[in-house]
Amino acid sequence: MKSDMSGELLRAEGIGKRFGGFVALEGISVSFAAGQLTSIIGPNGAGKSTFFNILSGALTPTSGKLHFRGRELNGLPQHRFVHQGISRSYQITNIFPDLSVHENVRVAVQALTVSYDIWRNRTRLTELHARADAALDAVGLLGRRGELAKFLSHGQQRALEIAIALVSEPELLLLDEPTAGMGPEETKDMVALLERLADKRTVLLVEHKMKMVLGLSKRVVVLHHGRLLADGAPDEIRSNPEVRRVYLGQSEGYG
Amino acid sequence: MTSPPSGEVIAEPAPSGLSRILDHRVLLSIVVLALLPWLLPSKALAVNVLIYGVVVMGYNLLFGYTGLLSFGQAAFFGAGAYFTGIAIGRYGVPWFAAVPIAVFLSTCLAAAIGIVSTRTRGIYFSMVTLALAQLVYYVALQAASFTGGENGLRGFTVDRISLFGLHVNFLDPVNKYYVLMAFAGLAMWFQSRILNSPFGAVIEAIRENEQRARACGYDVERSKLVVFMLSGAISSLGGCMLALHLSIVPLDILHYQTSGMIVMMVLLGGARSFFGPFVGAASFLILEDVISLWTPHWQIFVGAIFVLFVLFLPKGIWGTMLDALGVGKARP
Repeated sequence: MKSDMSGELLRAEGIGKRFGGFVALEGISVSFAAGQLTSIIGPNGAGKSTFFNILSGALTPTSGKLHFRGRELNGLPQHRFVHQGISRSYQITNIFPDLSVHENVRVAVQALTVSYDIWRNRTRLTELHARADAALDAVGLLGRRGELAKFLSHGQQRALEIAIALVSEPELLLLDEPTAGMGPEETKDMVALLERLADKRTVLLVEHKMKMVLGLSKRVVVLHHGRLLADGAPDEIRSNPEVRRVYLGQSEGYG
Repeated sequence: MTSPPSGEVIAEPAPSGLSRILDHRVLLSIVVLALLPWLLPSKALAVNVLIYGVVVMGYNLLFGYTGLLSFGQAAFFGAGAYFTGIAIGRYGVPWFAAVPIAVFLSTCLAAAIGIVSTRTRGIYFSMVTLALAQLVYYVALQAASFTGGENGLRGFTVDRISLFGLHVNFLDPVNKYYVLMAFAGLAMWFQSRILNSPFGAVIEAIRENEQRARACGYDVERSKLVVFMLSGAISSLGGCMLALHLSIVPLDILHYQTSGMIVMMVLLGGARSFFGPFVGAASFLILEDVISLWTPHWQIFVGAIFVLFVLFLPKGIWGTMLDALGVGKARP
């Protein structure tokens, strides 16, 4: 998959974001190594989603710099981020509802190759079909490939979204609350899927479900009021008094 | 990840016989259109169905498949007609060269209008296209020495079509119909290729979910501009056909009422279906013909029927029929 599994993949330097007078993020400096699953947690309004949107190019930071594989990403339009190797899923299910499950994924991998071809027949581009099916297989949706995406269950739509993000074979996979709105059974399936994914690639996760995050991640980054509060292994986070005060205490028994 | 899936191979559900026949949609459409002059009460009506069918088909690419509601498609219909007429009448260009020149120039116009309008979204896009198309209307009205102003463009009669030593009397309505049908066939073939192409998948993805399409790595703005130009090109070919057919270009075809009529036709016939635009053009023109026989206020009735369609048959006549036959969903 990747030649270098140990080096630094993504580095954020003093990232800040203001919306008018409101400071959503300030001075976030953090770096992510290749090949591990890191979670970003924090209470509501901590700036997790804003940070994620900056990492995926949907928002431009008002200050600070973003480096990916040594390349500066500032000023790059959002649609180029996938081409750099950063792919994401959304907190609220974000798929192509009236396209088939297979086409949802196929159109995503097509973005990296032949977007402006108005001449060839897309059904004959067999490599794209094979890659789409492989991604569907990886999330366990191959059996539903012919159905319209809007007819899938909520959990399956979440999995489809991961397949859409996964099919471009990103170096960095950003997942925004992949278990949002899921029941215990569906959550279990998703956790198993995340564990499989984390074996092979670098995953950044925003999550609310505490036990799940601490069990799954190698490293946890805690945001609070737009600032970096703590950064370390799950055990350090669990015993960090600051974190306990702002976050863990209030969600005891949650998830 | 590039290796084929490890699980068993999932076969596509076998296509029904009907759906397999519909795979040859261009051929089928040509057959139906070839019979049209004998199915409709007059040849003149059949020619109009053909012309408006092509215009609306081009518009369907933008509205039906990409989901962009433009109120300015008349600009490209009219541009195709005016450029053809001016090339033939003023510069003595033969018809077979005038048509591609007119389509090219109209596509350039679509690029200019598209660069401005595709930066906006939703109702703003509709309003910007409407305003820019009205601008084109007033330019045609003011530049009377070129366009004939409010009298329309005259003086470029094409009475004989000659190609490769073959001569066809273009004044004969049947000959005229089949010559124009060659253009329509070309437009349908081109549209079908676009819809089957990878780019056809891009515009559907943009219609379905613009944010997701962008996150997948598509340049949404640029794709919209490309489809705006392709749509304008096909609609302008309908304009070329109109100029050859009428030997005049009425100023009215640039008016926003024409744009509104194009929107109504695509909704009547069925947006997002390949043959729907021709069904929509035929129904609209037949309704107009029939109702205007007994009342000059035919627009009231056509308007009422249109409202009923939007409320109760949102997929239009053709789209609803395809659904009823069970072949509507799977088709691009």
